[in-house]
Amino acid sequence: MRNKYSIFSLFKNALSYHENWQRAWKDPAPKKEYDAVIVGGGGHGLATAYYLAKKHNMQNIAVVEKGWIGGGNTGRNTTIIRSNYLWDASAGLYDHALKIWEGLSQELNYNVMFSQRGVMNLAHNLQDVRDLKRRTHANRLNGIDAVYLNTEEVKKFCPIINTSQDIRYPVLGGTLQRRAGTARHDAVAWGYARGADEMGVDIIQNCEVKSIKRSGDTVEGIETTKGFIKTKKIGVVAAGHSSVVANMAGLKLPLESKPLQALVSEPVKPIIDTVVMSNAVHAYVSQSDKGELVIGAGTDDYISYSQKGSHQIVEGTLNAILELYPIFSRMRMLRQWGGIVDICPDASPILSKTSIKGLYFNCGWGTGGFKATPGSGDLFAHTIANDEPHKLNAAFNLNRFVSGDLVDEHGAAAVAH
Amino acid sequence: MFLINCPYCGERDQQEFKAGGEAHIERPKQPTELSDDEWAEYLFMRKNIKGVQFERWNHAHGCRKWFNMARDTSNDEIKAIYKIGEKPPTQ
Repeated sequence: MRNKYSIFSLFKNALSYHENWQRAWKDPAPKKEYDAVIVGGGGHGLATAYYLAKKHNMQNIAVVEKGWIGGGNTGRNTTIIRSNYLWDASAGLYDHALKIWEGLSQELNYNVMFSQRGVMNLAHNLQDVRDLKRRTHANRLNGIDAVYLNTEEVKKFCPIINTSQDIRYPVLGGTLQRRAGTARHDAVAWGYARGADEMGVDIIQNCEVKSIKRSGDTVEGIETTKGFIKTKKIGVVAAGHSSVVANMAGLKLPLESKPLQALVSEPVKPIIDTVVMSNAVHAYVSQSDKGELVIGAGTDDYISYSQKGSHQIVEGTLNAILELYPIFSRMRMLRQWGGIVDICPDASPILSKTSIKGLYFNCGWGTGGFKATPGSGDLFAHTIANDEPHKLNAAFNLNRFVSGDLVDEHGAAAVAH
Repeated sequence: MFLINCPYCGERDQQEFKAGGEAHIERPKQPTELSDDEWAEYLFMRKNIKGVQFERWNHAHGCRKWFNMARDTSNDEIKAIYKIGEKPPTQ
């Protein structure tokens, strides 16, 4: 039984100089067989395992991770959480996640530092204004909080924004989702890992999948760097490497993997107490609890698995940041990094069964998967346990690329991809 | 960021180029006879290879010509550059 984290446990452990904290999760060797195996120990994979164990009573399962948990895109994103998507299917999916976020720290007994500081999306031209107004209406019809702000209201909400109308891309207005915000990304992975582990899920790190064994159209197991694991159900949550895993099963996915970059500044005192995103100039910024500005840049246009992007992408983002926030002109950037994001042609994810029985894919989250972590895990667990999708992720099936029922969130998702 | 040796202009900064995705995807000869599955395959499904991949590039801020490239996507190393219409290198 896990010790509960509380103010008392903190006090008790302080007395022994924090040297006797219990391990948050075990480090087991893989068993010969599991009821289900999740490939990929990022936030989405761990959440999937957690909800499989918790809601679907599947405790004999494993998460295999080629590196360490949360070492991929879960630890590389800019931690923004929002649900102000245009289309009904997306609104349902992302708001389902947002609702889980609101109680996640209590549920996991792990402080994921979810902070509903609001997300503001800026409009810089007439088309932006029209699109963002349309999106606020669509959001409100779907029960998602959204307001449209004019230039003065934008300035009032975030005073450091340069709202002068003589800049290259003047701020004409913006939308605000107050329930949106940020969370501590590593804590999400650790919290789900701890929760899943407590219910008996084996989290196996440094275990890379080498091949998927099938007999006919049914999966039989996976060959890994730690040996063969027999299983009837495989849920692949491998983000940028989804196509690589799909290839092992002889499947092709409608994905392209591209580098996406982010950077943080030196830590400073509180200066921006919300998240501001701009689609048109591709710059978004928030401030971490440590005081660093967290800045998201764009993707490169070429396919790459190298986890590094081009310099001009970062430069373009910083140009935009400086024009919108002249106060940042003397800030120094501390770190810059890249992650590999798997982008779908319609910029919406895939949470789906496949043509192979027992093989499920959760991928295609592109540049915006972090916000969906709890909802994605919950719905993917449902899909795996019942061998059919939940109504909230039914639209995000693989077959939509054949039927043409795309969920086109390019641009409409409020951020350029 | 890397340098690309345009077959028409010589070595230039990657910033001048636009990536055009997977190469050698042939446009269906008889589009009217294609099934939905075949359309999906042509339009959307991609190999998205980790390793050496054949892809199209366009010298957008230069000669504006298209050409092909064999590039290792795991480390961005360019293995070969060849013109449109030429067969991909075998090694």
